[in-house]
Amino acid sequence: MTKQFCTFFVNGLFFGVEVLKVQEVIRYQGMTRVPLAPATIQGLINLRGQIVTAIDLRRRLELPPRDAEQLPMNVVVRSEDGAVSLLVDEIGDVVEIQDDIFEHPPETLKGVARELVQGVYKLKAQLLLILDTEKTVNLANAGTRA
Amino acid sequence: MNDHLQQQLIKDLLIESFEGLDNFDREMLALEKGEGNAETLNNVFRIIHTIKGSSGCIGLNKIESVAHVGESLLSLLRDGKLTFNPEMISALLEYSDALKAMLGCLEQTGHQGDVDYSALLQKLQSLQTARPVEAAPAATYGLFAEEPEAPLAPEPAPESPKPLPANAPAMVPAGVPEKAAAEKEIAARPVTSVSDTAIRVDVGQLDKLMNLVGELVLARNQIVQFTAQSQEATLLNAAQRINTITTELQENVMKTRMQPIGNVWAKFPRIVHDMALDLGKQVELVMEGKETDLDRTIIEAIKDPLTHLIRNAVDHGIETPAIRQAAGKPEKGTLTLRAFHEGGQVNIEILDNGRGINIAKVKEKAMQRALITPDQAAAMSDREVFNLIFLPGFSTADIVTNVSGRGVGMDVVKTNIEKIGGSVDVLSEAGQGTTLKIKIPLTLAIIPALIVTSGGERFAIPQVSLLELVRMEAEQARKGIEMLYGAPIYRLRGQLLPLAYLNRELKLDAPAVSSTNDAVVNIVVLQADGRQFGMVVDEINDTEEIVVKPLGKQLKGITCFAGATIMGDGKVALILDVMGLAQHANVIAEVRDRAVSAKNKAAEKVDERQTLLLFNAGQNARMAIPLSMVARLEEFPRSQVEWSGKQEVVQYRGQILPLIQIANYLPNAAATAPTPTDPVQVVVYSEAGRSVGLVVSKINDIVHEAVTVKRSHNRDGILGSAVVQDKVTDLLDVIGIIRTADPSFYEETRKI
Repeated sequence: MTKQFCTFFVNGLFFGVEVLKVQEVIRYQGMTRVPLAPATIQGLINLRGQIVTAIDLRRRLELPPRDAEQLPMNVVVRSEDGAVSLLVDEIGDVVEIQDDIFEHPPETLKGVARELVQGVYKLKAQLLLILDTEKTVNLANAGTRA
Repeated sequence: MNDHLQQQLIKDLLIESFEGLDNFDREMLALEKGEGNAETLNNVFRIIHTIKGSSGCIGLNKIESVAHVGESLLSLLRDGKLTFNPEMISALLEYSDALKAMLGCLEQTGHQGDVDYSALLQKLQSLQTARPVEAAPAATYGLFAEEPEAPLAPEPAPESPKPLPANAPAMVPAGVPEKAAAEKEIAARPVTSVSDTAIRVDVGQLDKLMNLVGELVLARNQIVQFTAQSQEATLLNAAQRINTITTELQENVMKTRMQPIGNVWAKFPRIVHDMALDLGKQVELVMEGKETDLDRTIIEAIKDPLTHLIRNAVDHGIETPAIRQAAGKPEKGTLTLRAFHEGGQVNIEILDNGRGINIAKVKEKAMQRALITPDQAAAMSDREVFNLIFLPGFSTADIVTNVSGRGVGMDVVKTNIEKIGGSVDVLSEAGQGTTLKIKIPLTLAIIPALIVTSGGERFAIPQVSLLELVRMEAEQARKGIEMLYGAPIYRLRGQLLPLAYLNRELKLDAPAVSSTNDAVVNIVVLQADGRQFGMVVDEINDTEEIVVKPLGKQLKGITCFAGATIMGDGKVALILDVMGLAQHANVIAEVRDRAVSAKNKAAEKVDERQTLLLFNAGQNARMAIPLSMVARLEEFPRSQVEWSGKQEVVQYRGQILPLIQIANYLPNAAATAPTPTDPVQVVVYSEAGRSVGLVVSKINDIVHEAVTVKRSHNRDGILGSAVVQDKVTDLLDVIGIIRTADPSFYEETRKI
């Protein structure tokens, strides 16, 4: 069995989301910030008439902030509550991977990453971290640590 | 037959049958009124026939067999072998209920239920044999023919609204052979019904279409803007065409979501009929403007409130025939439903010519329920009294009948209507009737809003919460906003308006030029929950019709926003939730403010009147001061009162507030020596940023009256006396007392 993943980079880490969960990938869009919202929420974007919340993955994963001049990309994922955009540094390829190189996250993985990373694919060049999109877009238990 | 197909067939049957039975009820009532014709009878017959046939097809034997009995009766009626009588109409309505109940059960549980309808069926069967057609002439449907006062052969009254057309195929003479009846049915068939030209569309599909059209409009705007600079004629032409087509497309898509209000009204004749029968009243329901179009989300939202109001009107409004006759009114009460478009809104009026609202009774009830004080009751205008019926916990029904006293109350009606941006108003004249006026927006999806800028961001404020805009420049801007212990306020026509700065509340960056120092101050006066407050914004842009879109669940927790919208330039702007914002900013937290602002609203109507705060100082002295001099009313526990030198003080909003015992400065101070109250009641008076607390023993009321001051005596601390609410009331000389108690108060003010 193989699965397809849409991959992207956040702070040098290589992440993947199941292709079926991704609605589309779009370039950086101007967005409207939401006052009083948790810092993980970067703003709202207009996706062809639909208003989509953009979550900054760096903040969500408690990674250092992006350089000001580096514009993030939108990975729009489908969630129970409609589309949500995840802001990432850079987009990778869509990769097809054999199931047998999957492993659960190592015990040493700490913090939010442990909560949001479903597992790891041991690719030759790099490890691919698989993100649980439902948990990622659910901020109810995320708090506002960032 | 596979399971899925069966499910689908049942679903189709349900949709078709419920709609059919609603029509059935309507047609029955038309027949009862004598407005029916042969086509009406054909219609009801066809409805039942279809239900019987469809249910038989998918093996719903019980529904089929019940439907069958009614069908037989209807076919005799249709063929002219029987004539209608009220008994039949009641039985047939009951029969329609039975079918609805079985179908409802089928919808919910998947089977037909096991209620026994044999009594009803027997009744229907006995009616088939009871009255041979010879008993009544064929020229009429013989409604009420057996009523004693009616002549044996009533001709349709000359003023009858719909006399039967002479050549109507319905004019089947008595005893006409069945063959002729069959021909007549065929003749009636070519009449096209709506169902032949209409299809059912999923509402979700329409919503998607709306979204796409909205997007198209934005793209169109960009194209039009872009091509305006172009010189190419073909391109300009094409852009022009896209422009007009898009506008038209938008209008038409909007129309698909519209439904005539008659769809909601369809069930009212039945409700009124049943209730009138129950209560022994005679009610005629008149409906005007059935074809008025409304967005379907609104139709859904007003269904229950309207039903409640109709029930109320029949139950409380219209009297029994005996009472009506005694009052010199026609025995039959009239209930009018009227709908029309006006000023971009839909107006719905419910008028009855019943007994009207009894003002004394409403006041009494409101006092019983402690909703108002006797003093307030005495000062209220009729209009204010009528509006009491919308308060939670209010019901004038003496007895909880089976029609009122259950379900929603008037407060829920009001809340539901306000929820969709509408308003309710009630007018009534004792003995003449009551009118309820409802105003609702055409659609929920698109609302008019004011666009403002604060901290560099745009926000939309729904127009329903907007009262007015205040703009102050230069000098005025610097002085207009006063600080009351850190809380900014503005005097709006003598009324204190609490203020909040939008950028501070939303933790946005302040604008480059600080608005408090110079340039311009823009205040948006808003209303939430009946109370007013001002929101200071950097810029007021424009009013626009905006499309409301929901926020994702990640943002649901922020009560300050009601949703978001997409602006003309394609960017997203947040829609402010005025109520949530007011709570967030703490501008309408004090309960007392509510009473004050509610009273002041009334004050705007009659200008020569004055609003007074009534209170007691000492034991009996009834005192008043103009409300415009009152900054705030406060209560402090006695334990909070401290001494500073010889002065009583309290800590108030981070400052020290000196207290003045008013009773000590009144002429008969000894007699009215203040009994220490706990908590201490304080009237806060402010002048140029300094405040002083006037201690009173009891705050009674705020009244709004035309006051004539009689200066017959000029005692210390009292300006004069006036008659307020039929009682002599002394007007307190606030400035004089403060000057006596603290001579420096005004001097320091002057220095500033």
